[in-house]
Amino acid sequence: MDFNENFILGCSAIGAGLAVIAGIGPGVGQGIAAGHAAAAVGRNPGAQPKVMQTMLLGQAVAETTGLYGLLVAILLMFVKPLLP
Amino acid sequence: MGHGILLSGGSEVDFMIHGVFEYSFFGHPVWITTSHVCIFIVMLLLTVFAVAAGRCMAKASEVPGSFQNVVEMIVEMLDNMVNGSMGQAAPRFYNYIGTIFIFILVSNISGLLGLRPPTADYGVTLPLAVLTFSMIHFNKWKYQKPMTIWTDLCSPLPPWLPIWMPINIVSAVAVPISLSLRLFANVLSGTAMMALLYGLLGWFATAWPAALHVYFDLFSGAIQTYVFCMLTMTYISNEIGDGTRR
Repeated sequence: MDFNENFILGCSAIGAGLAVIAGIGPGVGQGIAAGHAAAAVGRNPGAQPKVMQTMLLGQAVAETTGLYGLLVAILLMFVKPLLP
Repeated sequence: MGHGILLSGGSEVDFMIHGVFEYSFFGHPVWITTSHVCIFIVMLLLTVFAVAAGRCMAKASEVPGSFQNVVEMIVEMLDNMVNGSMGQAAPRFYNYIGTIFIFILVSNISGLLGLRPPTADYGVTLPLAVLTFSMIHFNKWKYQKPMTIWTDLCSPLPPWLPIWMPINIVSAVAVPISLSLRLFANVLSGTAMMALLYGLLGWFATAWPAALHVYFDLFSGAIQTYVFCMLTMTYISNEIGDGTRR
């Protein structure tokens, strides 16, 4: 069975679109982290720099899974590994 | 770029690594790429800065001038960062953490100078993460007893039942991969986003994308640099423990 190039490119584009759905997870996670950080600053405004630092570090680590999805999408769109 | 991305101006979207010069290495064709050129420019900038800072500090005065002030501030900031997360083992890691911090930071924000950031090449971030990995394991063997290492390796189960060991080995190998992919994917996503913007909007993308550069290059780059160094320090100080040699 063989497909022509346009079919493979189209399916790659659909796959890339599906891959970036991975962004939902980190988005929710980062939102929760930011919400809790806001609550912490509200309770103890003096600790704001420390809370900020911890929040940014945690968010940047949580972002990784979303970035894996983005990486797969970029590979599918621009490196086109599926083309023969 | 070929056909297929989007209708208008898709042919101008370009953020890939290009070969500049090809040579043959024991019969294999090897390329000098734009990453090499950009990393060389970054290196040159840092060398010039380091030589200037060294000359300035050689005749340092009691009341610092403006440049001496800046240099002292940078060193103090890096030392405080290392002190904050490594405790008493910190003085031995000032040099290494400071070096990779400055290198990764300047690499990440070199997109502002019109370069393709060298850290958007997996061949640059993987060696950095492998350095971290080897430092983790060097310090592990230096500071822990072999028996403790074996117990940790079999960890949820008792040491005479090493069923869980393969999983722990996989999780140890995953550390450099996730470290390097995180930095790489973040910088690459910024680069790709800006390339798409400039490529697809053409003349319309004048002046106002500067705001996006602040986010994608400066903010994201600085955060990822901080995260890379922070995780390196955390992993290493986990292995060092309370700092008593075995």
